Amino acid sequence: MKFLLYLLCAHSKYFDFYNYLCFLLKLYSKKQENMKILVCISHVPDTTSKINFTEGNTKFDTNGVQFVINPNDEFGLTRAMWFKEKQGASVDVINVGGTETEPTLRKALAIGADAAIRVNTEAKDGFAVAKELAKVVTDGNYDLVIAGRESIDYNGGMVPGMLASMIDANFVTNCIHLEVEGNNAKAVREIDGGKESVSTTLPLVIGGQKGLVEESDLRIPNMRGIMMARKKPLTVLEPTTSTTETNSVSFEKPVPKGAVTLVDADNIDQLINLLHNEAKVI
Amino acid sequence: MSILVYTESDNGQFKKTALEVVSYGKAIADKIGTTVTAIAINVNDTSELGNYGASKVLNVSNESLNTFNAKAYAGIIQQAAEKEGSDVVVLSSSADSKYLAPLLAVGLDAGYASNVVEAPSNITPFTVKRTAFTNKAFTNTEITTATKIVGLSNNSFGLVEASGSATTEDFSPSLPESGVVVESVDKATDKVTIADAEVVVSGGRGLKGPENWGLVEDLADVLGAATACSKPVSDLGWRPHSEHVGQTGKPVASNLYIAIGISGAIQHLAGINSSKVKVVINTDPEAPFFKAADYGIVGDAFEVIPQLTEKLKAFKAQNA
Repeated sequence: MKFLLYLLCAHSKYFDFYNYLCFLLKLYSKKQENMKILVCISHVPDTTSKINFTEGNTKFDTNGVQFVINPNDEFGLTRAMWFKEKQGASVDVINVGGTETEPTLRKALAIGADAAIRVNTEAKDGFAVAKELAKVVTDGNYDLVIAGRESIDYNGGMVPGMLASMIDANFVTNCIHLEVEGNNAKAVREIDGGKESVSTTLPLVIGGQKGLVEESDLRIPNMRGIMMARKKPLTVLEPTTSTTETNSVSFEKPVPKGAVTLVDADNIDQLINLLHNEAKVI
Repeated sequence: MSILVYTESDNGQFKKTALEVVSYGKAIADKIGTTVTAIAINVNDTSELGNYGASKVLNVSNESLNTFNAKAYAGIIQQAAEKEGSDVVVLSSSADSKYLAPLLAVGLDAGYASNVVEAPSNITPFTVKRTAFTNKAFTNTEITTATKIVGLSNNSFGLVEASGSATTEDFSPSLPESGVVVESVDKATDKVTIADAEVVVSGGRGLKGPENWGLVEDLADVLGAATACSKPVSDLGWRPHSEHVGQTGKPVASNLYIAIGISGAIQHLAGINSSKVKVVINTDPEAPFFKAADYGIVGDAFEVIPQLTEKLKAFKAQNA
């Protein structure tokens, strides 16, 4: 279609008119597709954080910890930006958590999401979070939900699957590639020892990870993005459930390791001997 | 009241994790005085499970299930749990089990704890220890629902043999319609996977380039090990992402982890922390990995690894 327009306008002073028509065409196709995406954002300690606990090992010690967008979610958010820019999708972000998570949501807005939602309750367990998300996804008629395959704090790995099950949407986790055309989606999932290509339809919930976009595709918010993010809507919703299914009662840190046994580079036999007789692993 | 375990298979043969989840299920069953039922899908011979404590095996035979499908598999396990009146369902931590677990949890109204590393410390309330903060810590988690799902971390409980035998029963559950169709599977069938491997050999930036990966592969071959790499190596495109182990990559819980030319960033050490014995080979004696390792060699990988490979070859030949 673009090509026909080009032929019509190419010859002459109408070249600007061609650009104008292209613009209209883009607007039109935007209207046609207009996929609604919700990206779930966990607010987690930065990967370099030292993990400590307080109150008799019952609470995570947030003192001095820098919080970031969960890395698995950030790959999904960046892929969602691609859908926004290339296919005219709208992208909202959501977090279930207290006010302290708002800077993380603002960062997602600065990266380019259109609007943010915060469900105002502590994220107590995966089930409760999935339940809150299910309500928002149903009420908001989202076509595609992109979450991380797991958060790097509690590593439950259950929210995307539970959400999909609750709203009866299709579900692909460990997703390393995603394309959506109309109502159809093609995805690649990492499996143990390889990968698997699948086809499915919207509504769809994705558990994303690295591969959805490359590390080098991740975006650092620029000044304009940060300024714009301040003006974008951040809606606070009250929770609808207080039911949980699991309960983290206490924490433990791994037992400190003994010192390393160093073996001389010229004495490989000793290493083999130690691995065989002492560690008993070969 | 019984314990249901989902015993995974590959081409009709049980995976090692299947025997581990049966062993784990048996430990819980003994604690509360009940028996273990296993659910298996398209397995040729299920008798092996009796040696690890299963008293009954529900075997599903259906060609349409040869390719894994999370919704269908979750539906089958749900029906088995309902038929058996199971209060506890035990799964492994394979990619497939982690995929189906949340679907099963919603289907059974069950609470689910993943990455569990020990037998429950308490039955009422049902309390399990699981890893959190990507292996930087553990959390003791209570599951408060009537039905409980435990995702057992691979290689954390081990195999425990039990005397006994299992009866096998054909099981024909109804299959839910699945909205996800597998178009193609791309899997190296001759290579051991990081998830299943007893030994993992991993390379870092110290190897200087992808052309030197023969060192890692030769050593892995001798040990029957899976190969892995650090994050920078996968980011640089030297190795595929699927080999990246660490906090944002794959977790490793092997018996032996050999790190070559990996300095040991906190994210990497977190991801491999569940491995039982760690060996590091690095030129830099100050590399943080030496603080996390059990055995270390300060030396040049290009000199040490070929020697190690040769000597291990001789050792293996002698001890075969």
